[in-house]
Amino acid sequence: MIFRDALISKIGSDHLRKVQGIKIGLAGAGGLGSNCAANLIRSGFQKLKIVDFDRIEPGNLDRQFYFADQVGMVKVEALKLNLLRINPLIDLEIAAIRLDENNFASLFIDCDVVAECLDRPEIKSSLVAALLPLNKLIVSVSGLGGYGQSDDIRIHRIKENLIIIGDLQSDITTKPALSPRVNIAAAKQADVILEYACSRITSL
Amino acid sequence: MNIRINGENVVLSQGTINLQELVTGKGLVPERVVMEVNLEIIPREKWATVYVREHDQIEIISFVGGG
Repeated sequence: MIFRDALISKIGSDHLRKVQGIKIGLAGAGGLGSNCAANLIRSGFQKLKIVDFDRIEPGNLDRQFYFADQVGMVKVEALKLNLLRINPLIDLEIAAIRLDENNFASLFIDCDVVAECLDRPEIKSSLVAALLPLNKLIVSVSGLGGYGQSDDIRIHRIKENLIIIGDLQSDITTKPALSPRVNIAAAKQADVILEYACSRITSL
Repeated sequence: MNIRINGENVVLSQGTINLQELVTGKGLVPERVVMEVNLEIIPREKWATVYVREHDQIEIISFVGGG
């Protein structure tokens, strides 16, 4: 990959091999999913599966990793183009499917880690309930609305395979989703996934 | 009854209480909650029939919106 040498000098070839070998699922390609994916690709991840049925609207551009000339496109297709511009050698799987409690497990069965990047609290809880028993690492987000006090967006290690990032309170129905806090949560998702990948004991 | 909720010791004064009552008693919206008892996820449709027992270790994870 084009910035392979730079990453090897930063995290070492053993860690980079682990990062490249692990498959990350992203449930949602909105504010969290699109920005988390960009962070993962820049960190050397190569295997991503991104699922979202939605299309880009003008209002998404205030926080999501899309561009004005992509309005109207299916999000996962636009995101694939944008991520390939960062690293053309990645192995991206995309699916324009509406996620629900009946397809979480089958869609992400082959992923080692799933980043929960969904919008509504009802579907967030459904995803976590469906995937927790599968013993994958789930990195979920709860509480990112508004602006200010961004140190409150913390990493909560709930269980060995469940991490929740956020302030656990700021619902976007009362505090709007704005770029800085959305990006902080998405970057923290990517960072805990990077930490997990590097610390994993593998036979590679 | 002594139980643990989210890692903290809690003393319940009620004689019997089911998971549904536990969640709504906390003012939470059931559809936004994941509940685990003794490391096992309990599906929401079973909450009304599963009763809290002495020394249960319960995780209540409630989500707010935003992605």
